[in-house]
Amino acid sequence: MIRDITLGQYYHAESEVHKLDPRTKVVGTFVFIIALFCVSNVWGYILAAVYLALVIKLSTVPFKYMIKGMKPILFLMMITVLFNLFLTAGEPVWSWWKLSISREGIIVACKMAVRLTFLIMGSSVMTLTTTPNSLTDGLERLLRPLKKIKVPVHEISMMMSIALRFIPILIEETDKIMKAQMARGADFESGNLIKKAKSLVPLLVPLFISAFRRANDLAMAMEARCYHGDEGRTKMKPLHYDKRDYFAYLAIWLMFAICIAFGRSLWWAWWL
Amino acid sequence: MPMSLIKTKKLTFEYIRRDEEGNVEAINRAVDEVDLEVKAGEFIAILGHNGSGKSTLAKHINAILYPTEGSIWVDGMDSMDEDKLWKIRQTAGMVFQNPDNQIIGQVIEEDVGFGPENIGVPTEEIWQRVEESLKTVGMWEYRKHSPNKLSGGQKQRVSIAGVIAMHPKCIVLDEPTAMLDPSGRYEVIRAARALNDVEKMTVILITHYMEEVVNADRVIVMDKGKVVLQGTPREVFSQVEKLRELRLDVPYVTLLAYELKQKGMNIPDGILTIDELVEAIKRAKSVRRD
Repeated sequence: MIRDITLGQYYHAESEVHKLDPRTKVVGTFVFIIALFCVSNVWGYILAAVYLALVIKLSTVPFKYMIKGMKPILFLMMITVLFNLFLTAGEPVWSWWKLSISREGIIVACKMAVRLTFLIMGSSVMTLTTTPNSLTDGLERLLRPLKKIKVPVHEISMMMSIALRFIPILIEETDKIMKAQMARGADFESGNLIKKAKSLVPLLVPLFISAFRRANDLAMAMEARCYHGDEGRTKMKPLHYDKRDYFAYLAIWLMFAICIAFGRSLWWAWWL
Repeated sequence: MPMSLIKTKKLTFEYIRRDEEGNVEAINRAVDEVDLEVKAGEFIAILGHNGSGKSTLAKHINAILYPTEGSIWVDGMDSMDEDKLWKIRQTAGMVFQNPDNQIIGQVIEEDVGFGPENIGVPTEEIWQRVEESLKTVGMWEYRKHSPNKLSGGQKQRVSIAGVIAMHPKCIVLDEPTAMLDPSGRYEVIRAARALNDVEKMTVILITHYMEEVVNADRVIVMDKGKVVLQGTPREVFSQVEKLRELRLDVPYVTLLAYELKQKGMNIPDGILTIDELVEAIKRAKSVRRD
């Protein structure tokens, strides 16, 4: 039950997309998202769809995993679509009582839905093909310039990877404490919301204490192994760009350029 | 004469508990004027009941704790010398009790590489070191696994690999088997023994399981922060009464030999293995027959 939670949503495969440097994938995803919000005509969307389909095909991740990633955001998307549908001013096509749907509303709502779908799928491709660890590594490297303005980039990424390492351990521990408390008659199921929240106290207190103890132990173990920040630290798996990364960058910027050039409603494309 | 690897002189450490205003409420002397010397290549076992100060002593060897009084030298370096801090920690590696709380990497090989990364070993050499240390502890096949899927004994062997990848001269194992089942305990102790036998590494094993110290070169028994007994396992275990006084269990074989002797059988002190006991009993019987 509780231990079945998978961390992140990495899908293991040996595709070209998996082998890309995490930096390429992060930058690529960002460029794709920016492009999505720049385009405004049908051609732009078709181009984005083709590009996305190609990348998904290359990644060899089954399509249903992309859909899975959409589920939690479905509700949010519905709200966005409904708001756009009803609240866009314009020529009404349908009205009832105080509600009315305009022609512009339908168009904006459709565009929004497509954009959000693509956006989520695009970022799913990144998280499905990159392990959480290499994602943290990539982000650390990309954000390194921020160190100049005293942002503790290395420390943040170290904290992120330690958190990822300890989440399953803490989940297991929660499970254990829960069973121990249930064996002594604790009731986590019944009662109203307030009562349920109160019943979590005997779960959270021991969990927090143990988390602090673990943190203390881990800090000591790290110091014993000479950890002292990123000063003078070498990397076991240093990031480096390959030929395929240059190709990927080329493809990304090409897509971006085409989207900007053709995906926007311009005077010579009035008929779209 | 070879210089001793670890040397302490009147080493004392006090845990000081303060109340909210910062006034001293209680002073607890965890380690009390300990004089100790460990030579390179020795296998030392430190025994003691809970709260005897054995873990506190161990943390001094790795410069995690600093002496309140007295001093400790690791490979000739004074632990109070701040410039030498990282060098000391590299010289004397440490493995802790809880296997879950000392593995940092999400993949075994990354965890073993963590130490070498910290001391600035070049990338290629890190991979060599990871390979050799994982092979030493017999965990090479698991290099791509997640630590969460391993047994306790396997996790502790990974921790040991993580320490030896830093090429220390000495490894301190602070109750590495306290949280393991018997088979896990056996795995870890065998790995520690192999380090000493094959790699000639100095091993300091802290434990309260008597069976684990039978093969040590020297046993040090601590109580209330002081060294109370010291010597070869045979010398130490021949003092059954004294050990009982310290609330320490004696290995079953030794205990049986002791009880037989009490009942009037002619058996020598300090029997450590079953074979020895069998031999001794045979001899005792033949003597009686004569």
